[in-house]
Amino acid sequence: MVMHTRDISKTPLKLALMAVVMFGFGFLMVPLYDVFCDLVGLNGKTQGQVAKVQQTIDEERWITVQFTSTNNDQMPWHFRPLQQQIKVNPGAWNTVSFWAFNPTEQAMVAQAVPSVSPAQGAEYLQKADCFCFEQQWLDAGEASEMKLVFTVVNDLPKEIRTLTLSYTLFDAGDFASPMLAHQ
Amino acid sequence: MTTVTAHHDDHVHHGPAKGLMRWVLTTNHKDIGTMYLWFSFAMLLTGGCMALIIRTELFQPGLQLIEPEFFNQMTTMHGLIMVFGAIMPAFVGLANWMVPLMVGAPDMALPRMNNWSFWILPFAFGMMLLTLFSEAGAPNFGWTFYAPLSTTYAPSSVTFFILAVHMLGLSSIMGAINIVVTILNLRAPGMTLMKMPLFVWTWLITAYLLIAVMPVLAGVVTMMLMDIHFGTSFFNAAGGGDPVLFQHIFWFFGHPEVYIMILPAFGIVSQIIPVFARKPLFGYTSMVYATTSIAFLSFIVWAHHMFTVGMPLAAELFFMYATMLIAIPTGVKVFNWVATMFRGSMTFETPMLFSIAFVFLFTIGGFSGLMLSIVPADFQYHDTYFVVAHFHYVLVPGALFGILAGVYFWLPKWTGYYYNESLGKWHFWTSFIGVNITFFPMHFVGLAGMPRRVPDYALQFADFNAIASAGAYIFGFAQLIFLVLVIKAICGGKKASSSVWEGAEGLEWSIPSPAPYHTFSEPPVVK
Repeated sequence: MVMHTRDISKTPLKLALMAVVMFGFGFLMVPLYDVFCDLVGLNGKTQGQVAKVQQTIDEERWITVQFTSTNNDQMPWHFRPLQQQIKVNPGAWNTVSFWAFNPTEQAMVAQAVPSVSPAQGAEYLQKADCFCFEQQWLDAGEASEMKLVFTVVNDLPKEIRTLTLSYTLFDAGDFASPMLAHQ
Repeated sequence: MTTVTAHHDDHVHHGPAKGLMRWVLTTNHKDIGTMYLWFSFAMLLTGGCMALIIRTELFQPGLQLIEPEFFNQMTTMHGLIMVFGAIMPAFVGLANWMVPLMVGAPDMALPRMNNWSFWILPFAFGMMLLTLFSEAGAPNFGWTFYAPLSTTYAPSSVTFFILAVHMLGLSSIMGAINIVVTILNLRAPGMTLMKMPLFVWTWLITAYLLIAVMPVLAGVVTMMLMDIHFGTSFFNAAGGGDPVLFQHIFWFFGHPEVYIMILPAFGIVSQIIPVFARKPLFGYTSMVYATTSIAFLSFIVWAHHMFTVGMPLAAELFFMYATMLIAIPTGVKVFNWVATMFRGSMTFETPMLFSIAFVFLFTIGGFSGLMLSIVPADFQYHDTYFVVAHFHYVLVPGALFGILAGVYFWLPKWTGYYYNESLGKWHFWTSFIGVNITFFPMHFVGLAGMPRRVPDYALQFADFNAIASAGAYIFGFAQLIFLVLVIKAICGGKKASSSVWEGAEGLEWSIPSPAPYHTFSEPPVVK
């Protein structure tokens, strides 16, 4: 019997390697997605903390910034913005507060996740300080006023007059960092 | 071939082993192909029973038969079983049987791995189906298993589901590697790439798609597993993850996956139509390039499944136009099939009937796909029965009819007997009528706003739902005619000649019917 095989040992190895690479690519999509979201402000994701530098304030232009809050699923905390909306000049630094109250009988840790609408405006809303940068810890029955320091950058596209900043509050008990647990 | 070598061959090549262990231990591509086909038929009936449970509940508005929780398990399992258990293994079975015969190879290139790829499957689906009997119930989050529904809110049986997906993914990847190696390395002398039958071509491209995206599916279920059990937050916003990321990764797998389920069917009808039109296939080269373009485009359109999650306008436009672009190579294929039939001496045996129905009904599914690709329209159609109608038109009278056409076409070569033609015609017409009665009304209720995956619905959808349910029963029970027909053809009937069909050309028709256990031990020479 004459086998008419060419060298077949390499092809399966190459193909198996391709499968392994694609498995890795699946995981590579996680950081790629974050980079992509940062670049285009996809999902209304805001950037992380920025330094509080002085900028020129455009006193001619007024932007309405609205605040909303949502509790995720079974999160029992009371959570709301203390101002529904404020009018700001681009370039100016503004401080607003959110109020949170833990009505349960045990200490809980929460994480707020921001989102900006319209998404095209997300990259222009920058924060120097935000309660969403770290997990929030409240004892049973404790309430807290949480600060947010933000600015709207000057080059916000002309057609955007209103930005809505929404926070969703999650029970972060499963993700609590050990540092907080000791406080 | 001299008599001496022929005698020598007879001596070396014994027949199949006896008893049950033949099937457990076999490395023969024909045996493994047969097992794949029977397995997928069993899964078709299993998933079909679930579809009938769904349609029975939806026969009338209100909750009559089953609890909504169980309804969700049925839609989930129906989708998973049909996609991964019925359609994909059936194509792999056809590839196992026909690819070596079509390229003049003695067997698949990696026969032991072939055995393993098959035998993983019954265990994967056994594990998935057993979750139905667990306390938590089967997975209930839809076949697309979007996080966090499939992570934070999933029943505890989700872990079995994840492991089952890992196993069947492994099986698909190994099967695909085997097919690529067979096609690239074991072709008979003279069988150049551009002489290969189109079924071989479409499977070569499909196999590459499988190797590229099944690992991504494995990756996404691994992330789910880690989110559920190891405290990571790939998809959990509370821990810094993003549920929308799940949809991107899933559909990066999912869109090539839908072409994995249709390209081999394109290949099958491209084999069948020329035989029964008694004309060579029109535009062979353009068929090859069209298939390649479809495969390439399938990687850059995934986000059209998720237009409504909130995307920048530029991304929506990109994915919309890229999706519409797919209509061009697909249109080339449909044109070529029609041009092949044009002025041909056509006869309408069952494989041809299923192929013509494929061309006609798949095109309807393609057109509703074009409607869905239009972003503003998609916002209206998203998650309605219009989507259900669309993908069932491309998968049932598309992929499934392609498989059935292939089985009818090659059955005499496998069994050595012609099947009963009048039973075949009965099967075709009941299936054709049943499928349209089932899925066509879904377009209307979808456009009128009936959402998918609901066990109960508003009263104004009642009539069309009752019609669809009646059609589902016709279509479902029609498949039993097919079962009887296949068993009859195995037991006996009119003896098939080696070429089987008048005008059939190619290596697979040069060997006797039924195909001997070992074929092409000596490579044929292709001129």
